[in-house]
Amino acid sequence: MRFVDEYRDADTARALAARITALCEPGRAYKFMEVCGGHTHTIYKHGLEDYLPPEVTLVHGPGCPVCVIPMGRVDDAIHIAHQPGVIMTSFGDMMRVPGGDGSFLDAKARGADIRMVYSPLDALKIAKENPGKQVVFMAIGFETTAPSTAMTVLRAHAEGITNFSVFCNHVTIIPAIKAILDSPDLRLDAFIGPGHVSTVIGCRPYEFIARDYGKPLVVTGFEPLDILHSVLQILEQLAQGRSEVENQYARVVPWDGNPKALAAIDEVMELRPHFEWRGLGFISHSALKVGDRYARYDAEQIFEIPGGRVADPTSCQCGEVLKGVLKPWECKVFGTACTPETPIGTCMVSSEGACAAYYNFGRFTRERVKEATRR
Amino acid sequence: MCLGIPGEIVEILPDRPDLAMVAVSGVRRAINIGLLDKETVAPGDWILIHVGFALSKIDETEAKAALDFLESIGQAYDDEIAALRQSMIEQG
Repeated sequence: MRFVDEYRDADTARALAARITALCEPGRAYKFMEVCGGHTHTIYKHGLEDYLPPEVTLVHGPGCPVCVIPMGRVDDAIHIAHQPGVIMTSFGDMMRVPGGDGSFLDAKARGADIRMVYSPLDALKIAKENPGKQVVFMAIGFETTAPSTAMTVLRAHAEGITNFSVFCNHVTIIPAIKAILDSPDLRLDAFIGPGHVSTVIGCRPYEFIARDYGKPLVVTGFEPLDILHSVLQILEQLAQGRSEVENQYARVVPWDGNPKALAAIDEVMELRPHFEWRGLGFISHSALKVGDRYARYDAEQIFEIPGGRVADPTSCQCGEVLKGVLKPWECKVFGTACTPETPIGTCMVSSEGACAAYYNFGRFTRERVKEATRR
Repeated sequence: MCLGIPGEIVEILPDRPDLAMVAVSGVRRAINIGLLDKETVAPGDWILIHVGFALSKIDETEAKAALDFLESIGQAYDDEIAALRQSMIEQG
């Protein structure tokens, strides 16, 4: 196997940084949002902000599916899990996400049968092995995981399995980006576009951002040099007065995405009129539900859903962090009341959340920066 | 959950063409390849896997880069691999 130095080389990073600096107009402040939590991770892990000139600020976006689940939906899922004969299943990331009345782990301790699965196909297998139980899969994620849920429903349908259903919380990335673009809170110059989501949706859905909003978007890989390269591509566009969608991650992302995955979503799911996002509020056509043709696999048709709304704890500023208005360390409770061990907000629960990433990797860099400025 | 994990296709199951045996970080697991173009998938190919489904084909260099990235993030990847080890996706 070949080495990956081509994505990591420090000299290349410095050369890219020099070209980035040369392209910045002195005195102009550039704000680029990295939409995806995976990018946030790379940025903190490798201290990429240290390579960038002070003119360039990277702000973190809403691309962490666990982070944007509103507390009320967690409560709804727990309500279903407590119904007689139900086995609730979900990804491990979901287990510690707090609802208004505790997390899945708390509900499990109170006797609910909640099981962690790696894949929705595992949930389907549990359903086959437990014909007397109703097995519900708590589906979360962007377009990266929605095709898997859709394919699992199709499989259940093909095999005639009747005791499997999906509590669907899939969200779609484009309306969230649009909501951020339309929000008065934040002035962004460009986007570092998500990598894995784009393997499914491709690059075309972003074209309105360049066309209608005049902002460049560069679909980007997860290596440190990918991100620096993408920043350079964005600055080149801005310097030349262009706004286009570019694909820096073409080695993985096809321009048209994965047509089979899109077709599976299309077959099984339909857009909800609106859906609540933690921190961002209600966004129109931003989430998926199980479509009418597959209603027998829709947990919302099978169970009564309380559907309550729960306000985030007042001390929690995840909403501002998810919109890129606050950096994690600017939140009142970051690192004090809210830590990965005792998270208050979702951004600290999920390993892809900006706060957890920053807590785990970034804090010490920032402290070093502070020390350096003091001297 | 959001992590794309690279794996190498070892065998495409003759009786279940939507499933392949894939070596992922030292674990051999059945992975659904129904979202890829079947004609283009063969043993020895590398794929990027999300929650039990291959979403794209990648080359070996990208696979190594993706693995390095995953190993660098620590706990989240360990959890994902632990979950994958317990995964029961299989024939039938």
